Amino acid sequence: MKLVTAVIKPHKWEDVREALETFGVTGMTVSEVSGYGRQKGHTEVYRGAEYDIALVPKIRLEIVVDDADAADVVGIVTKTAQTGRIGDGKVWVSPVETVVRVRTGDRDGAAI
Amino acid sequence: MTTAPVTVLAATALDSGNTAWLLAASALVLVMAPGLALFYGGMVRSKSVLNMMMMTFGSLAVISIVWVLVGYSLAFGDDLGLGLLGDPRQYAGLGQLMGEQANGTSTVPVILVAVFQGLFCVITGALVSGAIADRARFGAWLVFVTVWTLVVYAPVAHWVFDRSAPGHHGGWLLNRVGLVDFAGGTAVEICSGASGLALAVVLGRRVGFGRDPMRPHNLTLVMLGAGLLWFGWFGFNAGSAAGAGQGAAVVFTDTLLAGAAGALGWLLLERLRDAHATSLGAASGMVAGLVAITPSCGSLSPIGAITVAAVAGVVCALAVGLKYRLRLDDSLDVVGVHLVGGLVGTLGVGVLATAAAPTGVDGLLHGGGAGQLGRQLVGAGVVLVYAFTMSGIIGLALQRLMGFRVDEEHEVSGIDLVVHAETAYDLHSTAGARSAGTGVLHIHREERR
Repeated sequence: MKLVTAVIKPHKWEDVREALETFGVTGMTVSEVSGYGRQKGHTEVYRGAEYDIALVPKIRLEIVVDDADAADVVGIVTKTAQTGRIGDGKVWVSPVETVVRVRTGDRDGAAI
Repeated sequence: MTTAPVTVLAATALDSGNTAWLLAASALVLVMAPGLALFYGGMVRSKSVLNMMMMTFGSLAVISIVWVLVGYSLAFGDDLGLGLLGDPRQYAGLGQLMGEQANGTSTVPVILVAVFQGLFCVITGALVSGAIADRARFGAWLVFVTVWTLVVYAPVAHWVFDRSAPGHHGGWLLNRVGLVDFAGGTAVEICSGASGLALAVVLGRRVGFGRDPMRPHNLTLVMLGAGLLWFGWFGFNAGSAAGAGQGAAVVFTDTLLAGAAGALGWLLLERLRDAHATSLGAASGMVAGLVAITPSCGSLSPIGAITVAAVAGVVCALAVGLKYRLRLDDSLDVVGVHLVGGLVGTLGVGVLATAAAPTGVDGLLHGGGAGQLGRQLVGAGVVLVYAFTMSGIIGLALQRLMGFRVDEEHEVSGIDLVVHAETAYDLHSTAGARSAGTGVLHIHREERR
């Protein structure tokens, strides 16, 4: 199994969710997060004083999938969340040792 | 024309219309306290919003009582000599003003005037707190406003507001110098600005000032607070007409226009300089315009009011940037808005006053010559220097005697939690449920032991 983690632009999250649901992904964990990459935050002005705000709001998705589906899920997220402008985010895949469904005790493939 | 014999009883001098208006106006001035708390509270970071609001509510509680005990007497008691201070015993406790005979020829109950004036002191004291956001010990702040009411505000109010009458001797700036300050451009605005400047110097800069982005944590509170301040300002200014008549109506009109023109002036400057017209700019400009109209609302035509307030909006928007160059942490720009705006309005009387307005004085541009401008300069300068000096001395004394500033560690972690044992917002999605981060409830401290 693989854990696919994606950090994307907040306004793209609904499109990504729909695309993943169509593909067959049945669940995910979503968090509102903040961070920065190459775009280095933004500027705000209060009473004439400029503030460089380092952190930009993002959405983080975490999805556990079968090994065979990982590449497709990454592809769907990348295609759907892409605007081509700076700040589109990142997707990465990491190995997962064990998954247990709390309700039933099902393990691994059956728990996804 | 025949005149009636002068045997009018004191009680019959009361005018119910005037009294009703002053009752309402006093309540309007009270609304400025929560208005200011929201205006200031929204501008600080979320870890210190409660402390910011408590400085205003603390002023309201403490000053109301100090004012009744002796403050009103110091300000409006019969002059002790030289026009500097009222007799502190004359109205101590206000019990002397319970009966109608105390009203003399006043058309409103004098005890109501005392309360109305007391609320001015409350707002002026609370305004000072904006200069020392995030870092002042609450107990020391309450002691400060107590001493400041007696040593700074009451004498200044005596100089500026206490009018001489048959059998009563008032203060020197109003009666001897001839200062025109309708509702407190000097006594309220310049006084609070200069006092705030002194405390900002005494307490020093916040940790990270000029380095960390200390953003306003909630601009919607700021907008709501500014709106409430404007609403209350109608009572503040038009209530100062001491009657419900033509004068109050002119003042009311000027007060409406001032908030509007101040906001537009500030926004225009922002749009040209920073490329964005901001909500904080609109709220600040509104307040700057209202500050400037406070001394001048009785002396200006509607067009004059628009002019003075728009100038104040622009000048204050330029002035608030100076603190970064001066490395002075006047956190919420009490100096940039209230001191500077107060100066614009007070001096504006000398330039734009028209004798057609309630105070009946002509300024420079209406053929009155430079005399009134000179009198305004004296009044503004005297109040500025006196309030700065005395507030600085009180602040230094408190710093030495009891400590005025919280520990650096507590300032960084958040003054709300350390000083008040509270957090302003619980935005956890499972708030109130039994889950991580929401803690455990202890009803009685004893049970925990």
